[in-house]
Amino acid sequence: MLEIKNLKKTFNKGTINEKAALTGVSLTLNDGDFCTIIGGNGAGKSTILNAIAGVWPVDSGSIVLNGHDITWLPEHKRAKYIGRVFQDPMMGTAATMQIDENLALAARRGQSRFLKPGTTEAERTHYVDLLRSLDLGLEDRLTSKVGLLSGGQRQAITLLMASLKKPDLLLLDEHTAALDPKTAKKVLDLSDLIIQENQLTALMVTHNMKDAIAHGNRLIMMSDGNIIYDVSGEEKENLQVTDLLHKFEEAGSSDAVNDRLVLN
Amino acid sequence: MGAFLNAMPGVIAQGLIWGILAIGVYITFKVLDFADMTVDGSFSLGGATTVMAILAGFDVSIALLAGVLTAMIAGYVTGILHTIFKIPAILSGILTQLGLYSINMRIMGKSTQAVSVDKYALIVSIRFVNETIVIALIFVAAVIALLYIFFGTEIGSAIRATGCNQNMARAQGINTGRCIRLGLVIGNGLVGLSGGLIAQYQGFSDVNSGRGAIVIGLAAVIIGEVVFGSRHNFAFKLATSVLGAVIYYIVIQIVLQLGLKSDYLKLLSASIVALFMAIPAIQSYWQNGKRMIRRKS
Repeated sequence: MLEIKNLKKTFNKGTINEKAALTGVSLTLNDGDFCTIIGGNGAGKSTILNAIAGVWPVDSGSIVLNGHDITWLPEHKRAKYIGRVFQDPMMGTAATMQIDENLALAARRGQSRFLKPGTTEAERTHYVDLLRSLDLGLEDRLTSKVGLLSGGQRQAITLLMASLKKPDLLLLDEHTAALDPKTAKKVLDLSDLIIQENQLTALMVTHNMKDAIAHGNRLIMMSDGNIIYDVSGEEKENLQVTDLLHKFEEAGSSDAVNDRLVLN
Repeated sequence: MGAFLNAMPGVIAQGLIWGILAIGVYITFKVLDFADMTVDGSFSLGGATTVMAILAGFDVSIALLAGVLTAMIAGYVTGILHTIFKIPAILSGILTQLGLYSINMRIMGKSTQAVSVDKYALIVSIRFVNETIVIALIFVAAVIALLYIFFGTEIGSAIRATGCNQNMARAQGINTGRCIRLGLVIGNGLVGLSGGLIAQYQGFSDVNSGRGAIVIGLAAVIIGEVVFGSRHNFAFKLATSVLGAVIYYIVIQIVLQLGLKSDYLKLLSASIVALFMAIPAIQSYWQNGKRMIRRKS
């Protein structure tokens, strides 16, 4: 269970570029919740994911994940509990390292690393099976450098890495935004599959309203650094894109007009 | 030509010992993606510590080990400045390097200290060039083998991931700060080893011996890549860096024989490195230029 209480973050405090990115967000996710996050540019979607991941310290508030207070834990220590996939396909993998080496790094997330072999033969056999299940033809390319792969392939591997060691929370930050529509769909379907198979708790940021409605069991809308709409269960199942647009206008958020343009 | 050939064994010996420094630079510059200016200071430090420990009556191998350890500490200091105090990488190295000048002077008591192969059982010496080549080759092989094994381990992989993509490394739970410090310790340890061996080979340590060492190291790494290509496995890449250092010293020997004043050597080294590092940019300008001309016509 993820419990976020009154989270606040202001960037460039005291300068002309001051930006209140999170203005007291509270959010509770139950185990197995797959929650999508929508909102316009600057609404705080990615910011809340980065706050949870610990990219920078927050100003105030608390983040408790499965009973662990991770609010002040450095990024690499929270990684023990959190799997992440980024918007930029380049960001989630080490380009100069082989596919099996990348997977092996992820398999040791949250463990102490020693002078033992970085990848074992047993692991490699296991990875081949996992890669085969992706159906991207990667099972024969275990020793290829990840930098040689396409954006979609890299995102698929990053997904695999994020779930290789079952995380308490999976963070997907617009992870299909940089892909072409066909590849994006494939990666989204794969995300669904991985979340279902492992019964993960997940937060997925997206720009696409249809995706936000079609995936997950819960949807939140953000504006000006806070949650303005939170819907789950049957109500979410019946949600339409027009309902969401209506909500945006209702909220009277400063970026609503902008959002209509972006989201249609 | 005769003089050149006579000089060859000495040149090769020198190149091999500097090759160990080149491996150290490869670790920091290529694996860790950290332009480590500490090298100039830690090279002299390795030499100074080794020579003074020998003069103080320590066994030569213990003295050499002391040279390696002090150079490792220097790398660690740079790592602390960068990872804990967030000082930019280049400046962190420059600060340590500058501070090391005073420390090296303090260690030696004056700017140079001689150590005679007649009085001490030095590991390598300019007086026994052929033996030096054999011993240097053994050192190089051992260093490459150890590093090859190390960078295949969990910790080694974590350092490589840190050098490649810090975001990814942290997301996988890797303490990137610690990895950078460890990489700098290893790189500078090798630089110190090279410095300690060169001091024995030459028969003296000099506070200025490390000036421009980073540039020579980079030149060796780049020459190795250009001559032997970069699509090889890790052990081979380390070996090509060593060969790059040997080629560097052969080139230097050639231009000296052609009558270049030794005063110009540093300008030559800097130019070689600048030229090779500029090649990718020059290539892209050239390609883009061609494309623009095509579009105009």
